[in-house]
Amino acid sequence: MAILVIAEHSNAALGAATLNTVAAAKAIGGDIHVLVAGAGCAAAAEAAAKIDGVAKVLVADDAAYAHQLPENVAPLVAEQGKNYSHVLASATTAGKNLLPRVAALLDTDQISEIIAVESADTFKRPIYAGNAIATVQSSAAIKVITVRATGFDAAAAEGGSAAIESLAAGADAGVSSFVGEELAKSDRPDLTSAKVVVSGGRGMGSGENFDMLYKLADKLGAAVGASRAAVDAGFVPNDLQVGQTGKIVAPDLYIAVGISGAIQHLAGMSGSKVIVAINKDEDAPIFQVADYGLVADLFDVVPQLDAAL
Amino acid sequence: MKILVAVKRVVDHNVKVRVKADSTGVELANVKMSMNPFCEIGVEEAIRLKEKGVASEVIAVSVGPAVAQEQLRTALALGADRAVLVEQDGDISSLSVAKVLKALVDKEQPQLVLLGKQAIDTDNNQTGQMLGALTGYPQGTFASRVEVNGDSVNVTREIDGGLQTVALKLPAIVTTDLRLNEPRYAKLPDIMKAKKKPLETITAADLGVTVASTVTTLKVEAPAQRSAGIKVADVAELVEKLKNEAKVI
Repeated sequence: MAILVIAEHSNAALGAATLNTVAAAKAIGGDIHVLVAGAGCAAAAEAAAKIDGVAKVLVADDAAYAHQLPENVAPLVAEQGKNYSHVLASATTAGKNLLPRVAALLDTDQISEIIAVESADTFKRPIYAGNAIATVQSSAAIKVITVRATGFDAAAAEGGSAAIESLAAGADAGVSSFVGEELAKSDRPDLTSAKVVVSGGRGMGSGENFDMLYKLADKLGAAVGASRAAVDAGFVPNDLQVGQTGKIVAPDLYIAVGISGAIQHLAGMSGSKVIVAINKDEDAPIFQVADYGLVADLFDVVPQLDAAL
Repeated sequence: MKILVAVKRVVDHNVKVRVKADSTGVELANVKMSMNPFCEIGVEEAIRLKEKGVASEVIAVSVGPAVAQEQLRTALALGADRAVLVEQDGDISSLSVAKVLKALVDKEQPQLVLLGKQAIDTDNNQTGQMLGALTGYPQGTFASRVEVNGDSVNVTREIDGGLQTVALKLPAIVTTDLRLNEPRYAKLPDIMKAKKKPLETITAADLGVTVASTVTTLKVEAPAQRSAGIKVADVAELVEKLKNEAKVI
């Protein structure tokens, strides 16, 4: 039995979520191979070869895979996937975009966003925005699975020395092309892998007021997140959204500022180790999940917290 | 051009779902059911494209129980021209739904298929991409902007870290994200008119599709509950606790 893990990468670097997906593969058990499909992706492939527990890295380096368009990458992954018992990808937007297309090409069902491995064919996954956890069993010959990073502690990025093997590239399907992208530039850690996250909600009142959270975050080496209410109000861009419809985070410390704690938001952060809530409404639902609650006006206490650190 | 828009009947997003005592699923008896919110966004986008003159006909389809007619009637009230219900009881895998939709695509030949990026019950986020594989059409998932230009469509996608725009040759598949649009509400006269719009009911077998799944749900449990911690009096106490008790800073 061998497991194929589809690498999350930017050609130049391997995405952190790949380490969690490799960890899920280890929990399933078997030889772990990592597939890197990209263009000029040698650096990402070398990083994949160093992951502890990886036996082999398959690299498909071709212009057709430059932006990992699923129309081009899915046929490659499906063809390789036929040789494996499991095909895994991270439940990032890249993995979610690609893997169901692979599953359908293999004529098999996909199991999305597993958070635990019970055995090689049985997995746990959240449904109804995390309000229920389903245990599901697959009888498929090839199990196609996306992995939620917060369910698995990352495999060590160093310690492996896997062989790197090149794959012949397939043709460009010719039905899609990359036009452009706007990526938020930030020196702060990535929201989904940060050890500390400071999030603001509707209570922040404006986008300008988020500046004090950025200041606090920089002191803590934290990423900044937001509730959907803050995104909908236009305070911050959508890629900061933590919740059912945004990013799922599980840092060591989550500081919720001016967030009431809608179910939708709790679904995205309740896996955090320690939760701090700052809200002037003492009945806010966020306090029901917070380890430390501070009932106070955030405009008074955030500057105080910043000064105290 | 013709647009096919898929809608799913799900537990209303305002309902706090409860796990059944026997752990076989969640309680669905006497629970308000609605159109999946991401599908509402798909319907809205289809109607806007028709209002702009880009689309000539909007066909709403659903795969589900007979009562899913309610959600199709909603789509008709919002502005879809006709509806097709592929009647199927019980849980249906995303792959099976994609196969049914593939058969409808073959029959209807739409230039654009709109779907929600995921349903808020199973949270699978699979059907649109699977339909892409089965039809060979390109896919623009998690769309926050859709712009049809002649024989192609530019789709701006919500990705981790920002936005990505891709150009897809028509026919194409688009799955909707939250910020694509803000769906309208159906007006009473439109709800009345929708009752007269055509709604065809067929089965998967009529389309030559066998509904099957390799995934069995063994049990469904409530998630581990976090318990409320303590309230601290001030920032000094908070910092002290985080340093010495939780040891996270």
